[in-house]
Amino acid sequence: MSHEHHGGGGGPVAVAEGTPRIALVGSPNSGKSTLFNALSGLHAKTGNYPGVTVARYEGLVQTPAGPVVVEDLPGAYSLDPISPDEQVVDDVLDPERQIPATPDAVLATVDATTLRRSLGLIAQVLSVGLPTTVVVTFTDELARRHGRLDLVALERALGVPVRGIAAGDPRAVVELRAHLNHTHHWDRPVIPPPTDPDEVSGWVSSVLESADYRVPDIDGRTQKIDGVLLHPVWGTIVFFVTMFLFFQVIFTVAAPVQGLVQSFFDWLAGLVQAYVPIGWLAGLLGQGIIGGVGSVLVFLPQIALLFIVISLLEGTGYMSRAAFLMDRVMAKVGLEGRAFVALLSSLACAIPGIMATRSLPSAKDRLATMLAAPLMTCSARLPVYVMLISLLVPSDVRFGPVGAQGAVMFLLYLGGAFASMGTAWFFSRVTGRRQGQLPFYMEMPPYRMPRLATVVHAVWDACAAFLKKMSTVILSATVVMWLLLSLPMPSAARLDAAGINPADSGAVATYTLEHSAAAAVGKAIEPVFTPLGFDWRINIGVISSLTARETFVSTMGQVAAASDPSNPGDALTTMTVDHGPRAGEPLFTPPVVASLMVFFLFALQCMATMAAMRRETGTWKWPLIAWAYMFTLAWVMGFLTHLVVGAFV
Amino acid sequence: MSQITATLSQRQVDRPLDTDADHTLRGMAELHEGAPAVIVRVCDGPDAACARRLFDLGFVPGARVEKVRRAPFGGPAVYRIADYEIALRPAQALTILVDTEASDLTVEAESARSSAA
Repeated sequence: MSHEHHGGGGGPVAVAEGTPRIALVGSPNSGKSTLFNALSGLHAKTGNYPGVTVARYEGLVQTPAGPVVVEDLPGAYSLDPISPDEQVVDDVLDPERQIPATPDAVLATVDATTLRRSLGLIAQVLSVGLPTTVVVTFTDELARRHGRLDLVALERALGVPVRGIAAGDPRAVVELRAHLNHTHHWDRPVIPPPTDPDEVSGWVSSVLESADYRVPDIDGRTQKIDGVLLHPVWGTIVFFVTMFLFFQVIFTVAAPVQGLVQSFFDWLAGLVQAYVPIGWLAGLLGQGIIGGVGSVLVFLPQIALLFIVISLLEGTGYMSRAAFLMDRVMAKVGLEGRAFVALLSSLACAIPGIMATRSLPSAKDRLATMLAAPLMTCSARLPVYVMLISLLVPSDVRFGPVGAQGAVMFLLYLGGAFASMGTAWFFSRVTGRRQGQLPFYMEMPPYRMPRLATVVHAVWDACAAFLKKMSTVILSATVVMWLLLSLPMPSAARLDAAGINPADSGAVATYTLEHSAAAAVGKAIEPVFTPLGFDWRINIGVISSLTARETFVSTMGQVAAASDPSNPGDALTTMTVDHGPRAGEPLFTPPVVASLMVFFLFALQCMATMAAMRRETGTWKWPLIAWAYMFTLAWVMGFLTHLVVGAFV
Repeated sequence: MSQITATLSQRQVDRPLDTDADHTLRGMAELHEGAPAVIVRVCDGPDAACARRLFDLGFVPGARVEKVRRAPFGGPAVYRIADYEIALRPAQALTILVDTEASDLTVEAESARSSAA
């Protein structure tokens, strides 16, 4: 049995009319998403709830009696919401609201080891009045820690069906699937449980007592590990080592795979060059389409690795500990500890960083972090920085033991981190005034073995979404850029009139570039960038870099090759301004290079990042705001840099 | 909002426990690590919604709480409440008043020791 996967918007799964809908409700860390994955397999669909930055997960579950739609609601500790995510849970369960659709039944997950706290939420869910089944998770851990719970007695005490589930127990999932299709036969409580603060504690105690609940022992293993990992000194050291390794994995392990992907696409482009006789078609296929798709797919290994590492850290429970240690630092910019991980990931690439904001419970923090993420120095800026630094600083200049080139690179990284934190602070202040500050609280789950299925799911979700959405954006942008750089094709008559030999491919390239649509645009926007010292050729590079930063290097390469076909290697250093007041002077002077660097530090030159923002927020509003404010920031800072460096040099 | 949410948002959770009047109460953030205490009051003055959330997280008058460990540099601290562990920032932990000398603590501490052994 297969069903339609509709990409794009946040609409619900397309199913036949009358298919039962079941919503999964539970607190974070209650095994809710694990259960969702087990029920729906890899058939989950991600979207957004209308008008909010909250991801929506739905899946089709095949039961013996036909399909059922299961919706994984955001984690909530209570139906008394204090964040947009929890508000979504309330909206979905509200029978008065048509959108989003009210489910036909509810599966409420509770962690067997935190039953005393979780029953409060169960009391609230039962008061909603929808048919409900309570799924008790981590029953194996309860047993391991010498706890005790009589599920049959709990069912009697609650008045609704109760099912237990242990990690990696496929039988329980099969039974639960069969149970899903009889929602109208599920028992309802005779009297709904109390939700009044004075009565609820008594109700919880009586339920626990009748279910013969024995509190599990304090998890000794977790205590021992936390004694080290949360120790003021050791914990901090371990934390920094972990982050360093995290970084290393993202950069070094991914690098060879990225190299392979890159060389595969280079080989493909070479094939096209060799076997496609029509020049313009070869260019479009080779440079445009294959180059475009390649420049996207190169990020895939990084994204997959990052999500493997993140879901391992999440699954073991270390993520909460890292966030706990970093909370004090992040609080200074109005964020919380959990935002640290997303910003750290952005050092590899802003896209996984933006995806990692899903772990933040508050929509306000998610937005602020998403807007801050692209300012962290990502790996796409590296090739640009390397090229510009080599134009600015000779490699033999040293300050004592430190090479000047390395020092400049470090300053650029530092600048990115400061800019990112400043942005986070600014946006959390701006949006915070409207939405109020959320109290910070974070459950410290016991250390657990991460589940393979969960890791696979996280990676699969991230990669599939990335491929589906990003390739379309990048692909079209690259093709457009290629068209702009290569059109109009000069006819033989035109070349003849200009006195160019059509057989001299270098001269033809130069002529094509100088009369291309891109050159026209580059010259048209000269007034905008003149204060920063850019000429039309740099402008072409900047325009192409708006799709993806690395294209600046290849575009400048094309420009250089076209400008000085005999010696493209040194073309950039010897390039001179070809018109205007500075005509004849070198183009890449220190003030120009420095302001270019600063421009690249701040500007949002990445379509894929904007597409990711659009996907996570569900609207184009935020990516456009991000683009506009970062462009403004980049221009102003570039202008100031040009002034300051110009005054000194 | 739904009926249930409307009901829940009307809850009054700031109802102090009756305790021996001569005990000094302190904010939960001031607890020493490893010293158990009993929650006496969840103040809703600073932020009523936050107080209701703390109540839902298990910070209920009469419940036992213990500060397990602190993050360095005045960051959040981990508390054990309702059989699980949760991190709170000092600002929120100060809105919860606790009694470290309540009579039932000694009894509970002894029973906890015997069950652990």
